[in-house]
Amino acid sequence: MKELFDCLVIGGGVVGSAIARELARYRLKSAVLEKNLDVCYETSGRNSGVVHGGFAYDTGSLKARLCVEGNRGMQELSEELDFRFVRCGKVLVGNTPEDMESLKRTMQQGERNGVEGLELIDEQKLHELVPTVNGRFAMWSKNSGIVDPFGCTIALAENAAMNGVRYFFGREVTEIVRDGDGVYCVTASGEQFYTRWIINSAGLSCREISEMLGIHGYRVIGSKDHYIILDQRTGALLPMSVYPVPSNTYMGIHVTPTTDGNVIVGPDAEETSCFERYDVPQKNIDFLAEDASRLWPHIERKDYIRNYCGILPKWVDENGVIQDFKIEIRDELAPRAVNLVGIESPGLTAAVPIARYVLQLMQEREHFSLNPEFNGRRRGIRRFADMSDEEREEAIRKDPDYGELICRCEKVSKAEILEAIRNPLGVETMVGIKYRTRAMMGRCQGGYCQMRIEQLIEQEKKRRAEEVLYNRAGAQLLFGRVREEQA
Amino acid sequence: MREVDVLIVGGGPAGLAAAVALWKRGVRNILVLEREKQLGGILRQCIHDGFGLTRFGETLSGPEYAQRFIDELQKLNIPCITDCAVIRITAEKEVTAVSKNGLLRWRARTVILTMGCRERTRGALAIPGERPAGVFTAGVAQAYMNLYNRMPAKEAVILGSGDIGMIMARRLTLEGARVQAVFELQPYASGLPRNVEQCLNDYGIPLYLSHTVVEIHGNRRLTAVTVAEVDDRLRPIPGTERDYSCDTLILSVGLIPENELSLDAGVQLDPRTRGAVVDEYLQTTVPGIFAAGNVLHVHDLVDFVSLEAETLAESCVGCMEGRLPVCPLEIRAGSGINHTVPMRVSGEKDVCLSLRVSRPAGDCRIVVRQNGRELAVKKMKRALPAEMIRMQIPAERLQRSGALEVVLE
Repeated sequence: MKELFDCLVIGGGVVGSAIARELARYRLKSAVLEKNLDVCYETSGRNSGVVHGGFAYDTGSLKARLCVEGNRGMQELSEELDFRFVRCGKVLVGNTPEDMESLKRTMQQGERNGVEGLELIDEQKLHELVPTVNGRFAMWSKNSGIVDPFGCTIALAENAAMNGVRYFFGREVTEIVRDGDGVYCVTASGEQFYTRWIINSAGLSCREISEMLGIHGYRVIGSKDHYIILDQRTGALLPMSVYPVPSNTYMGIHVTPTTDGNVIVGPDAEETSCFERYDVPQKNIDFLAEDASRLWPHIERKDYIRNYCGILPKWVDENGVIQDFKIEIRDELAPRAVNLVGIESPGLTAAVPIARYVLQLMQEREHFSLNPEFNGRRRGIRRFADMSDEEREEAIRKDPDYGELICRCEKVSKAEILEAIRNPLGVETMVGIKYRTRAMMGRCQGGYCQMRIEQLIEQEKKRRAEEVLYNRAGAQLLFGRVREEQA
Repeated sequence: MREVDVLIVGGGPAGLAAAVALWKRGVRNILVLEREKQLGGILRQCIHDGFGLTRFGETLSGPEYAQRFIDELQKLNIPCITDCAVIRITAEKEVTAVSKNGLLRWRARTVILTMGCRERTRGALAIPGERPAGVFTAGVAQAYMNLYNRMPAKEAVILGSGDIGMIMARRLTLEGARVQAVFELQPYASGLPRNVEQCLNDYGIPLYLSHTVVEIHGNRRLTAVTVAEVDDRLRPIPGTERDYSCDTLILSVGLIPENELSLDAGVQLDPRTRGAVVDEYLQTTVPGIFAAGNVLHVHDLVDFVSLEAETLAESCVGCMEGRLPVCPLEIRAGSGINHTVPMRVSGEKDVCLSLRVSRPAGDCRIVVRQNGRELAVKKMKRALPAEMIRMQIPAERLQRSGALEVVLE
C-alpha cells in the first residue's frame, strides 16, 4: 500500500528545514526530499553567515519585510534551537560625498523598512567600533549580526525531525504528476512519494520544480559568490562585519567575522548559469584579497585556511533585473503546491518568517490542527572548546570521551564526534561531521584528525573503508585496505 | 597543582631526546606529555628507512628510530603520560592538559616545546578549482596507509617535491597505485637529493620542475588536475596547461611549525621559520620556555632534531640554576640565507648555527661576519634549500657587541 504524506517539502536547505519545522507544529504527516546527503550542501551552507538588518531591500518587498522579521527573531530562535548567533553589528564604510549620499538613502530606506538601530557615524566613532578599518564615515547597523549557517540549518532540520518530519536524503526529484484525486506523485531518484501538499523550496532547482508543477516562465540566474576564510587568530582584529557602500543590486566585497572567530572575505558576485560547479578560480581569490584590503588591510596569505563559493538563485525579469522573493500558491495551475522562487539572500536571515508565510498561505486554504506534542526546543552538541575548565572536568567525569581531543585546531573531543556521527538525521559523511562539530575546519584542515574521524564513522556505522563518503554520493574517500589483515 | 622541573610538551623525537638527555644530566622531576596513545610522534608513520645515520651510525626505519628512545625512556623510568593533550601554557609556565581522567595541571620551572609541525594545506595555498574528495596532504596519505591500512589513491599526481611527497610517491607505487608525476613550483627540488634518486628516479616517476597545479576538477571524487609551467616569477604561463586524469592529488608543499600553544604563552615567533625566536640556549622570548625540533624550525633529518633537543638538558639546568647569560648579539639572515637558528647569542661560548639557504648555489661560501670580521666560513660545492646547514662559531672569535650576519657568497 502506498504511503500518503500530507506535505512533501522539496529541498532541505535552511528554508526547507524551517518550513519542515513549522509543519511539525501541526498534525501533519510531512517529509523532506533532499537530493544531497545532508541539509546544507548548497546555498544554505555556502554564504557569509551574515544576519542582515533589512535596510538594503526595496520598501514593501517580501525581502525587506521578512528580513526585518527574521533579524528580530534570531536571538530567540538561536536560544530555542541552540545554534550560534552574535548580534555584533555591521558598518557600511564610505569615503566620498557620493558615498555619503548613498548611505543616507540606504538609511532612509532602512527606516522605511522598519529597521531599528541605524546610525550615521563619523571617522572617530568608526575607529572606536572597528579600529582596523579604513574609511571616513559609516552607517552603523547595530542589529545586524552573524550566525553559524551550518548550525542554524542543522538545528532547524533536527528539530523538525525530532517532531516527526522524515528526511529522505539522496532523493532528487525528477517528475511530479497530479492524479484525479488531487494527490501528487513525486518521483525522486526512481522512487515514488505521494502527497497532498507540495512545497517547492528547492533553492537552486526552484525553476525546475516550478516547471514540474506546471508553473512556467520563471527565469532564474545564479550569482556565484567566492570567499576566502582566514585563520582564527585574525578574528580579534574584526569585531563586526565591515561592508563598502552598497550599489543597488549588490552588497559589495566585505569582511565579516564568523561566530567561531575566523574572518571571511567576500563575496564577488559573478553571474553563472551552471548551478553545480563550486570551483574557485585563481583570479577571484586574488581579486577578493586585493579589493577587500582597501577596506581592511589585514588580509595576509599566511592566514588563508580555505576558500569556497556559493551560488544564489536570483529570479530576474526579462531585462535581467533582480526580483523579490516569490512565494505563491497558483490554485489554477497547481493547487496545494507552495512555490518558492528566487529565495536568495537574505534567505538565511528570513528563513523562519518565510516558513511562517508559507504556512499562512496553506492555512488560508486548509485548516490544520495543532500538534500538542510539538517541542520547539533542541539542544546541540556541547562543545569542549566553549566550556570553562570546571565544565570540562564535569563533562569528562560524565563521559571520558570528552577527555580525548580528536581535532586539535578546533579542540573537538571524541564525545562530540561520536554524537555528531549519531545525529538524528542519520547523516554520515565526513563533511556532515565537519559541519556538526567544526572538526577539520581549522588551520590544519583535517591533517591531524581526519583519519580518526574516518575510523569512527567506519566503526559506528559498520561501514567498509570504501563506503565512507567525503560529501556527496560518489565522493568516495578511500579505496579500501592497503593489505588484507591476517586473521 | 603539581610542580615539575621540566615539562616536555610532545613525545616525538625532540621530546624523547630531550627527556633522556635531561635524565642523564641528573634532572629527575621531568614529565613528558603526549596526546597520542603511543610515543614517537610522526616517526610512527614513517616506515621507510634512512633514519639514524648521524645519530646512531646505522640506518633505521622511523618506528625503529623512535623505539631506541622509547626503550631508554622506559628503562630509565622517565615519567610520561600519553593520551594527554596540552591545551594551555601560560607565560608563568602553568600547563593545563586534558585526558580521560579529567584536566591535569602543573606548574613547571621550565617548559620544553616539542610539538612538531603541521602540513601546509590546499586552502593555505589557495589552489583554485573544485573541491572533490581525493586531495590529501602527503602526511595524511601516509597516515592512512601506514597507520590505518587504508588506501587513499589509485591514480595519483603529486604537487610539491617535499620529502614526504617523494616518499609517498614510492610508497603508493609499491602498493599498486600509479603515480603519474611530481610537479614542483620552484626550479629545484624542495626535498633531499637522495629522495629524488631513491623515490622517483628508481621508479621512473618524472619530476617536473617549475610546474604547478592551476586547477582541480571533479565535484565528487577528483577526476583530473590541470598543470601549467610557471615563469621565473612563479606565475603560470598561459598556453602551457595540460590535464592529467587522476583520482588523487597529494600535496607536499611545506611544513609549518605547530606553535598555537606557544603563541598563547606569549612566545614571539620568527616570520621566516614560523618557530620561536630563540637564543643559543634555545630559550624563547618567554624566560624558562625552550623549544627544539620541528616546532622550532623544520629540519631535514630527524638525527638533527635529536641532537638539537639533547642540548636542552644543559640549557634547562642552567636556567633552573639561574646562570644562563643574556644573549645580546643578534644573528641576521643576510643575502641568500633563508633563516638561522638561534637568532641571538651571548658571545660567551661556542655556537652551533643551523641555517638554510634561500636558493640553490654551487661553489659558494657561507660566511658569518661580525663588525666586518669573518667569524666562520663554510665552503660548499653545492648548497640546497632542502638541506639544513650546520656551522660552528668558536667563542674566541666573537666580540661582545655587534650583530652577526650570515650571507651566501
